[in-house]
Amino acid sequence: MKGAQRVSAVSPRAQAIGLAPGLTLADARARIPDLVVADHDPAADAALLERIADDCDRWTPLVALDGPDGLVLDITGCAHLFGGEAMMRARLATHLQGHGLTLRAVVAGTPDAARALARFGKGGVVPCGREADHVAPLPISALGLSRESVTGLSRAGLKTIGDLAARPGTPLAARFGEDLLTRLRRTLGHEDVRIVPRRILPACIAERRFAEPIGRAEDVQGAFGLLIDDLSSMLEARGAGGRVFEAAFFRADGAVRRILIETARPSRDPLSLARLFREKLDALSDPLDPGFGFDLIRLAVLRLEPLAPAQVSLDGRAVAEEEVADLVDRLVARLGRDRVLRFMMRDSHDPERAAGFLSATAPPPPACPMPAPPLARPLMMFDPPHPIEALAEVPDGPPLRFRWRRVLHEVVHAEGPERIAAEWWQSEKGTPTRDYYRVENHQGRRFWLFRLGLYDREPGPPAWFLHGLFP
Amino acid sequence: MAVEQDVSALRRVLAGLEAEHLPGASSTFTLGAAGADGQLADGLPRGVLHEVHAAAGADIPAASGFALALALRASVRHANMAQPILWVRQDMLDSETGALHAPGVAGLGLDPAQIILVRVRDAEQALRAAGDAARCPALGAVLLEPWGEPKALDLTATRRLALRARESGVTMLLLRMTDRPMASVALTRWQVRPLVSAPLAAGAPGAPAFAATLLRHRGGLQGRTWKLEWDHESRSFRDFAPLSRAVVPVPSGRTVAQGGGHTDVRPFRRAG
Repeated sequence: MKGAQRVSAVSPRAQAIGLAPGLTLADARARIPDLVVADHDPAADAALLERIADDCDRWTPLVALDGPDGLVLDITGCAHLFGGEAMMRARLATHLQGHGLTLRAVVAGTPDAARALARFGKGGVVPCGREADHVAPLPISALGLSRESVTGLSRAGLKTIGDLAARPGTPLAARFGEDLLTRLRRTLGHEDVRIVPRRILPACIAERRFAEPIGRAEDVQGAFGLLIDDLSSMLEARGAGGRVFEAAFFRADGAVRRILIETARPSRDPLSLARLFREKLDALSDPLDPGFGFDLIRLAVLRLEPLAPAQVSLDGRAVAEEEVADLVDRLVARLGRDRVLRFMMRDSHDPERAAGFLSATAPPPPACPMPAPPLARPLMMFDPPHPIEALAEVPDGPPLRFRWRRVLHEVVHAEGPERIAAEWWQSEKGTPTRDYYRVENHQGRRFWLFRLGLYDREPGPPAWFLHGLFP
Repeated sequence: MAVEQDVSALRRVLAGLEAEHLPGASSTFTLGAAGADGQLADGLPRGVLHEVHAAAGADIPAASGFALALALRASVRHANMAQPILWVRQDMLDSETGALHAPGVAGLGLDPAQIILVRVRDAEQALRAAGDAARCPALGAVLLEPWGEPKALDLTATRRLALRARESGVTMLLLRMTDRPMASVALTRWQVRPLVSAPLAAGAPGAPAFAATLLRHRGGLQGRTWKLEWDHESRSFRDFAPLSRAVVPVPSGRTVAQGGGHTDVRPFRRAG
């Protein structure tokens, strides 16, 4: 059985003439000699499903993938926007069929009931509370059980979900596990469960739909400006500001483009938001392509923080902070989060771990006590340190001269050693000790050198490195 | 000789006339070193473009340190209230001189939290970021550190920066890696090289010392060189006179002798 090529999916026409998934390719070819075969590409299927899922965000923000070929949409509270559940289902079906897709859609009270009905039933809308009646005639494999459980239940003569539902639960659970009962309850609609959406649920959404897709840059900008105004007034009414904003442009052909911006502090000022989005759009490596036009533009706040209406203070201090934060936001929008930085110091004596960088939009780190008195540390540090040739007194004298980048430096002033051992809780055992020296050459250039390893006391010959430069 | 004196006096008069048209000149910052400040009259103006050149490629750390010190002096406008400094640095510099190290910044007397570091890929991005920053009056100073001799940084670009700086009052400091004079509208152009410092006890390198030459100055002081030393505690320069204090040449590596007036030097244990 191993190694046989099997049919994994068939077209409607192939199905009509008796082919089915699971058949070996040789058998299929024997039945239909001029069969057209394409290699199964799970990655491409997954990508297509992701794209459809992206497109389905236009109906509800709660979309989850269901296996390799299904989507679950939580339309709680959304259906009325599209003319009720039946109307919404019809519109969704028409929309996706328009893109050349075949689908079976079911609206039901619980995700499990909808899933069972879509995969094994006829489709349609299940009236509220009638899930049990609708799923009863379905085969037990609709519960998504393991193969052994299905075989076991079939041998016991329990063929449909209705048969199972009519039995007392305890013996079933004892034989097939609690999982069976849970699935049964959920499929029958007795127990509801929330889906796990693919994307973060936005805290606040403003959107515009267009009967006729818009493609002109001016139109898009105009519509977007109105959206920002909408969102801004929504945020103001809530007394909140956004830290992370997402603009989603839904193209008529199903492609969705998302633009994310982040701000250093909660913001709802329409002007600065518009400017940030403009910076971001200008900096895109592949620009926003309207294609056949956008039929939906949505602006969402992904992270919300309280923001009280501010009174402009008279001393100008708050204004100055605001201005700097604005500048940081603009630079972040254009250059990216990891390019606008603040220094961060850690409480560590390992010079490589003692300092780092933090995005300027990130919350400030807990204050780290400065080492006092200020230890002599270089202004610039190489990572990794540069190996050098050095001449020094054995065992721990400072270097007398050293060669770095093919230039020989005569040391006139030196200080050291400052002995820094590896942090035993961080590094592997046997990491050599470093002896650091601050040296100055005859031209006044100042360097930070270290010798890795101690003579005689640690294995291996010590090596010299240049770690940093002083001003 | 008399002719030269006349010319330089005339230059100073002209500079005085020019300075009246500089709104930025109303606010100035000093170096803190009595000798240099005395000759620079009221120090250096804020809200203009100053250039700092490294005398050689290997002097970039010294030039950066000098420019950072100038930025710190410029950013303290009111009593001890330092405004943020935006440092625009091109990525290439990290491989040439190493990445900036916060404790080293703190060692120069700056609060690392005062600095916003913007890392850019090329000179165009650097210019744009600096241009944006030059319009933000809440900043104390902007340090622009491009790599090499970018074509983008021409006369027009520097003029644009200088104009924006004049409007906002933000001091712009442009770090250049070449000693070749480039077209620019900078008000002052400094060339910086390090000097052998006045050693501390036991021959340890002392406070960073620089030889700063004014290559260009509207006030007619070009050609002047000052020897300066940066004091991280008072956050100011002081005149550097390496021979003014008694320095006993102690071979490095020996235990610390009685430090003359340097109580901040901690004796180190002779290990091994």
